[in-house]
Amino acid sequence: MLPDRLSSRAAQAAQPPHALQPDTLSAQPTHTVAPREGRTLFHAPERQGVLSGRRALLASALIAAVVLVAIALVGYLVQDHANATDFMARLLAPSLEHPFGTDWMGRDMFARTMAGLAASLGVGVLAAAASSVVALVLALASALGGSRADAVVSWLVDLIMGVPHLVLLLLVSYALGRGATGVMVGIALTHWPSLTRVLRAEMLQTLEEPYLRSLPALGVPNWRIAVFHLLPHVLPQYVVGLILLFPHAILHEASITFLGFGLSPEQPAIGVILSEAMGYLTAGAWWLAVIPGVALLVVVLLFDRIGSCVRRLIAPEGVQL
Amino acid sequence: MADRMRSRLRPPQMRLPFAVRMALRLVTLLLAVSFITFLLVGLSPIDPVQANVGQAAVATMSPERRAMLAEHWDVGVPILERYASWLGDAVHGDLGESLRFGRPVVEVVGERLQSSALLLGASSLISGVVGLALGVLAGVRAGTRLDRVIRGYCYVLSAAPTFWIALVALMVFAVYLGWFPVGFSVPIGSAGEVSLAARLHHMVLPAAVLSLTGVANIALHTREKTVDVLASDYVRLARTRGEGTWTLVRRHALRNLVLPALTLACAQMSEIVGGSVLVEQVFSYPGLGQAAVTAGLGGDAPLLVGIALACTVLVFAGNLIANLLYGVVDPRMKGETLHVA
Repeated sequence: MLPDRLSSRAAQAAQPPHALQPDTLSAQPTHTVAPREGRTLFHAPERQGVLSGRRALLASALIAAVVLVAIALVGYLVQDHANATDFMARLLAPSLEHPFGTDWMGRDMFARTMAGLAASLGVGVLAAAASSVVALVLALASALGGSRADAVVSWLVDLIMGVPHLVLLLLVSYALGRGATGVMVGIALTHWPSLTRVLRAEMLQTLEEPYLRSLPALGVPNWRIAVFHLLPHVLPQYVVGLILLFPHAILHEASITFLGFGLSPEQPAIGVILSEAMGYLTAGAWWLAVIPGVALLVVVLLFDRIGSCVRRLIAPEGVQL
Repeated sequence: MADRMRSRLRPPQMRLPFAVRMALRLVTLLLAVSFITFLLVGLSPIDPVQANVGQAAVATMSPERRAMLAEHWDVGVPILERYASWLGDAVHGDLGESLRFGRPVVEVVGERLQSSALLLGASSLISGVVGLALGVLAGVRAGTRLDRVIRGYCYVLSAAPTFWIALVALMVFAVYLGWFPVGFSVPIGSAGEVSLAARLHHMVLPAAVLSLTGVANIALHTREKTVDVLASDYVRLARTRGEGTWTLVRRHALRNLVLPALTLACAQMSEIVGGSVLVEQVFSYPGLGQAAVTAGLGGDAPLLVGIALACTVLVFAGNLIANLLYGVVDPRMKGETLHVA
């Protein structure tokens, strides 16, 4: 395949807007360049230098990934420290000794926040990965399994999307008796529909290519088509979709834990920390609510950063625009 | 491509009228949701008797009374049997009795739905209007600093956990500034009639926070569309006639932008209902979402089923309105189901 730039651009334009993007979080425009006066077809690339275009994207994705790994490591290391109480140091505002302050039991909020983030990262990454596998399998079944399988998958997608995620999560968590397993299974079972839809559309489109349409006629079995032709083709979308699932999974884990259905209250988790902070809102302990929330926000933004960088690296048409 | 995909599902000549298809879809959806909810609730290791009466009470209770309660809550009856009997009642509009509230589920859900509906409607509206305004502003000024600020704002907004925004808003506006009450939908201690003003005053903060959930998506979509519209030939023609930018926006762009934004606002019902669970919990607002949390924590299975069904209907209604509106915007889309991810 040698798609010239123009036709590939046209193909991209023909797709519905944000076809690649599974959800709200990722509703970032791929092309952020405004129509500008006096611009011709032959304009010079905008930025030049060491950190331009693809290299900048790669660098920023890598930096974000390193920060995330560092957070997870720190969180893992301070886990024991996170539950250490010191009643001499209760409700202290952020200081050099306690950068995030302390809570009413004198526990260091920096350690608690980091440990909480690590726990959220663990749950979120595992659950999102499981969910993405579900999405991949269902998309394959839908694309290759004939019209009946396709109808079943579409119906399942509509069914899951018809119930608010949070309500469904609540139900699954209730069914599994709350706790970490409940959240993980819940997230894995609820987050696949949008990715399934993206992958299915991509697969169906690919299957219409002449070189793939000829395969069944040549007697190539379905599993071979799936493994050697479809999977490599949708891998980029899958990877991007997977990365963009992480922030959703993490946010939902924190939300459901906050409501009291997720990780147990003894565990340092962002949801637990914030729900405990609720009781100290009127007491003026602002750091209990603000700082852990900002930390969670940063983690989510970092994942989103990686996702959008990888997406632009994979779809290089927009980089030089 | 879309047409081809659709035709794989159902040949066009077998198409039923739109209304019938939608009704069928709603019925199957409700059946599936109720069954799944039943299954999930039935799987739960949480003992409804213990969850409701309390551990100490269970321990001191006489065995006969315990058996009676267990029978009352259908402990030990096979799940399919339980579902069948529930379904038989449900067809007559009886969704059972809430264990937690001690009243019929229909009554509890209806009451909660009423106070939630106000919240959901207000926040959909706010998110639609604010999202549209921000999107148009960013689109018209695309590439400028203003555009970057708005996009950055949306970006951060969509990444921030709803319940945390609610917490911070509660802290800043209710505790520090004291502009709004700290929670509940009516002043604490007041029974019976409450003035509309008081009700609205209690609703402002939750609705504002909840509307933030949808703003980012709508603003970003509107921005993209604004850029497209402003680059179109008819806008260029209008420009050559001497129309200024804002006249152009008013006369040409807005018509193309208002309905998509509205549609998105409706289609986001799922997100908004999900967010309302969190927001209502933070603000102690007695709506459907808070009842869901209460039911889930208290092991109130019938109420959980009722709430799940109510949420499904809400989301379905949102999507249906979005579909119908889409038909109004774009006659080519009439009768097609729209998927807004």
